[in-house]
Amino acid sequence: MIKFDKVTKIYPPDVTALEDVSFEIKKGEFVVLAGRSGAGKTTLLKLILGEEPASDGQVFFDEEDMKKVKKRHLPSLRKRIGAVFQDYKLLSAKTVYENVAFALEVIGADDEEIKKYVPQVLDIVGLTPKTTKFPRELSAGQRQRTAIARALIRRPEVILADEPTGNLDHNNASEIIKLLLKINELGTTVILATHNKEIIKKLKTRTLLLKEGKLDKDASDGGVIL
Amino acid sequence: MFTSIKRIFKSGWQNFKRQANLSFAFCLILTITISLISFLFLGRLILNSLLAEARQKADISVYFKEDCPEENMFALKDELTGIGAVGECELVSKEEALAKFVETHKDDARLMESLSEVGANPFLASLNIKAAGVAEYENIVNFLQNEKFLNVIEKIDYHKRKPVIEKIFDITQFASRAGLVVAIIFIFTSILISYNTTRLTIFSQKDEISVMRLVGASNNFVRGPFLIQGILCGFLSFFISLMIVGLSSYFLTPQMVAIFPELQVFSFFRYNLWQLALIQIGTGLLLGTLPSLVAIRKYLQV
Repeated sequence: MIKFDKVTKIYPPDVTALEDVSFEIKKGEFVVLAGRSGAGKTTLLKLILGEEPASDGQVFFDEEDMKKVKKRHLPSLRKRIGAVFQDYKLLSAKTVYENVAFALEVIGADDEEIKKYVPQVLDIVGLTPKTTKFPRELSAGQRQRTAIARALIRRPEVILADEPTGNLDHNNASEIIKLLLKINELGTTVILATHNKEIIKKLKTRTLLLKEGKLDKDASDGGVIL
Repeated sequence: MFTSIKRIFKSGWQNFKRQANLSFAFCLILTITISLISFLFLGRLILNSLLAEARQKADISVYFKEDCPEENMFALKDELTGIGAVGECELVSKEEALAKFVETHKDDARLMESLSEVGANPFLASLNIKAAGVAEYENIVNFLQNEKFLNVIEKIDYHKRKPVIEKIFDITQFASRAGLVVAIIFIFTSILISYNTTRLTIFSQKDEISVMRLVGASNNFVRGPFLIQGILCGFLSFFISLMIVGLSSYFLTPQMVAIFPELQVFSFFRYNLWQLALIQIGTGLLLGTLPSLVAIRKYLQV
């Protein structure tokens, strides 16, 4: 589903974020992207989202070379990807319901579909009582769950989660990880970027370890040392 | 497509309401800009009117001899009207001149008494001539000083007023040009301020814009609500500016009329209302939308 073939990313003038990284992720996998801060995890996710182009090598999403995807076609590609960020990236002028509904509005879903699915997804993430609240009225954990609901609503093929527990306490962090695992069980590929050793240890799933931009280890059971 | 347009309108209206502080600040800048442009527009109209009034007062008076037959007066008038230098030419008979004088000074008892003591009509028939342009006055006077008119014309009243007439034209031309330059500077400055305010507004929204793009919104889906917000601000600013200009001109009129009786500012506002409204709404919509579209382009590169 996602393939990196000798990918290098250099930010001008000479910052090498990723160097000669190659791996392949199959549909339905739950993959942890581990590494310390600055290892290149976020850059790797940006390359999948098309937010940044690779300096060298090729990135494939569903056998489509990301370098060949035109800027105006990116929205269409991003509709197949759900993204969850450390800073939530919610729209501050929209309520929880509207933030989640926005993800369906941009793909042209009709109002009936939105009215049907948004409450369902908000129920899955446990935010039904907070439907009419604005992000500023939510806790950190609730904001992250809103972001996950928005990522989930389109039943994407893959969810990219970039340090989703970075701003959360232990309990909330666990809840978020459980949610992501639940999503993965439903068939969605999940790529979770984190530097949290506890989470990596607990998950015991395939882990790609990045060190200074290079892929240091590809462990199938999460046995990596950061 | 209709659904998308409906959602864009709804989103724009929601943002307009929910980001009230931002909307207020933007409307304020727009209102100031539109009001300034409106006042300059009205000011220019008033100035042109005053200048035209001033020019009206510049004329040549040609007084006929006491015994000049009427057909000679009409003949001269026809001859003058035929030459290109003359703009207007009005024949005032002795009786009309007397009647005008009595009407103007009927409340002045001393003047009326002096007139009745004179007994006969002391006024001469005259031709009031307005030239087609300031340079033509000299030509008209030269024409009138021809020998063939010596037994018809008693007096040509110009040379004494010549310096005043030339001064009036110099001042009016300068005022007109200076007014235009000042107007252009003010308009340009206020448009620049509006544009930069919009840019700052969009800058403060850049994170929201990038989030919308990352969620998969197309450029038009991102731009649309900002455009709607701009239109709403433009309309609101138009209404407020129209009220400001209308009320100002209404309340200023009594003060202005006391200095210049012809300066009916509110009448200028009323008679040019449609033109003014068109300028205001055009400015409001243009400044409300165009800077947004230009400024947002940078942040749609995500």
